[in-house]
Amino acid sequence: MTRGFLAQNPSILWFIGLLGLFTLGVTVLSEAYGTAVLSTSFVKTLGKTLCLCLVAIAMDVVWGYCGILSLGHFAFFGIGGYAIGMWLMYARTEAIVTENLAAAVIPPTEAEVSDAIASQIFGVVGASEFPAIWAFAHSLPLQLAMVVLVPGLLALVFGWLAFRSRVTGVYLSILTQAMTLALSLYLFQNDSGLRGNNGLSGLQNIPGFEATPQSQISIAFFWASALALALGYVLFAWVVSGKMGSVIRAIRDDEARVRFLGYHVESYKLFVFTLTAVVSGIAGALYYPQAGIINPAEIAPIASIYLAVWVAIGGRGRLYGAVLGTVFVTLLSSWFTGGGAPDIDLGIYTIQWTDWWLVLLGLSFVAVTLFAPQGLGGLVDKLVRKS
Amino acid sequence: MSTLLEMSGVSVSFDGFRAINNLSFQIGEPELRAIIGPNGAGKTTFMDIITGKTKPDEGRILYGDKGISLLGLSESRIAREGIGRKFQKPTVFEAQSVRENLAMALKNPRGPFDVLLYRKTRAGAARIEEIAARIGLSEALTRPAGELSHGQKQWLEIGMLLAQEPRLLLVDEPAAGMTPAEREKTTEMLVDLGRDHAVIVVEHDMEFVRRLNCKVTVLNEGSVLAEGSIDHVTGDPQVIEVYLGR
Repeated sequence: MTRGFLAQNPSILWFIGLLGLFTLGVTVLSEAYGTAVLSTSFVKTLGKTLCLCLVAIAMDVVWGYCGILSLGHFAFFGIGGYAIGMWLMYARTEAIVTENLAAAVIPPTEAEVSDAIASQIFGVVGASEFPAIWAFAHSLPLQLAMVVLVPGLLALVFGWLAFRSRVTGVYLSILTQAMTLALSLYLFQNDSGLRGNNGLSGLQNIPGFEATPQSQISIAFFWASALALALGYVLFAWVVSGKMGSVIRAIRDDEARVRFLGYHVESYKLFVFTLTAVVSGIAGALYYPQAGIINPAEIAPIASIYLAVWVAIGGRGRLYGAVLGTVFVTLLSSWFTGGGAPDIDLGIYTIQWTDWWLVLLGLSFVAVTLFAPQGLGGLVDKLVRKS
Repeated sequence: MSTLLEMSGVSVSFDGFRAINNLSFQIGEPELRAIIGPNGAGKTTFMDIITGKTKPDEGRILYGDKGISLLGLSESRIAREGIGRKFQKPTVFEAQSVRENLAMALKNPRGPFDVLLYRKTRAGAARIEEIAARIGLSEALTRPAGELSHGQKQWLEIGMLLAQEPRLLLVDEPAAGMTPAEREKTTEMLVDLGRDHAVIVVEHDMEFVRRLNCKVTVLNEGSVLAEGSIDHVTGDPQVIEVYLGR
């Protein structure tokens, strides 16, 4: 079975091989274990990009293969980030508080420790008590479970309500966008229990590894991101191959016809929507410790729209296309907005790429949609077919 | 011959227009039945009601040996109960190969997890080969369905219907856009299917219906106008007036 699956999908081996080489290359060039050609912050950028690739292939499965243009998958990504961020912040604050109180003559009670942690974390929003949603924040295993369960359950309930009512197409996109917007607006409030627009910060400090330099932590997260991407790629490649892939592509193309073949279309959509939401949550949980901070702006609808743009530019309906699109657009974006691209002096007006990059991105999205609907992945397909 | 499907007193209105008006209809198993009627007679709505796409306002529909009610069942559930449908316009999944189209239709458990863990079997592959041979697409199994000719798509859709192994087949204008040779073959196949299935053929072409040589139901304005042999209904003055006389 496994051999047959890989033999039928040689692109998986190619992808894993290239990803392995890339991981090895970055490790050899890193500050921690190699020649220090790549700075730690650049290693983090690459690790984050791998996480974005993971959420992008999830988006490709739900949109490119199943035809559901979800504008909510970055919200699931953010929820995963918040879930791991809560533990990171709690555990680190706990360590600091315990250290401070250790000097006290009378050993502090558990309640005193808890209060001290709460006022440390929530002082910034004028609160000093733990909201109910922090009930599990002290436990890494429970909070890791939340990384999977919260996006999964939200997707399950939301998807069930939406698909059951046969909401499709642009209406479904609007609905998912409304969900994303509502979540982001809620998180912006100070009394949301997640520190309002301050978000969660200091996530790059991993409790228990205070003595480990960031250069090593960054490489560890880079490896973890690469492994997650590899596993996610194989999982999704398996899902979209064979009969399951056949049915979900059929749903994308003509869902009414699929119903008359006896398939309960809503269950399939719910399965794909929930599975991809869970993977997005995991991607987010790996991304934000590398970013160091998460705030509600990350979850804003625009992020989910970017996700759709990456997948469209990379070429929908092929997993490597989503990876190509993400890498291409995010790296290009950091080149343009990071001052890498020289400004163009037109005499009367100077094009500054920090301002004009988004315009360029928008135009290239329109161009891809109109002239190359197969995206960058389509170019790869053409090259492979020629050789 | 036992009754497989029984509709009684079924009515449905769209925005005040009565598409189906107190319709009663029965089909046995096995039986081949042709349904004819002028445009707007309610033929498509009739099929939509049986397959669960349209919910009737009143009436009842009983199906199968135990006489289960089809009202309130989803389209996919009705399909799983053994009612297959072929559309007027061939609707195959053009981006997928002929084999994939047939494999999807093949009678197997339909739940997402059944499908996810589905493994190809030799029996399944043999069944696909057998159906492909029957519909003349053995050579085209690996071709994308979108590359097929119009007639071949019609055949593929008939093949998908066969793969579902339904008890009741609803076939909407099977011969539309076919060459005379293809029509000949379609006629043979429908007659053949009618020996061990319940088959309802909706058709405009009177010559085609005549060749099916079966009982004919004439629909008009959402109810049954006449029923009987082709000669009987074509001789009926009412039928001549609303349909044949035009």
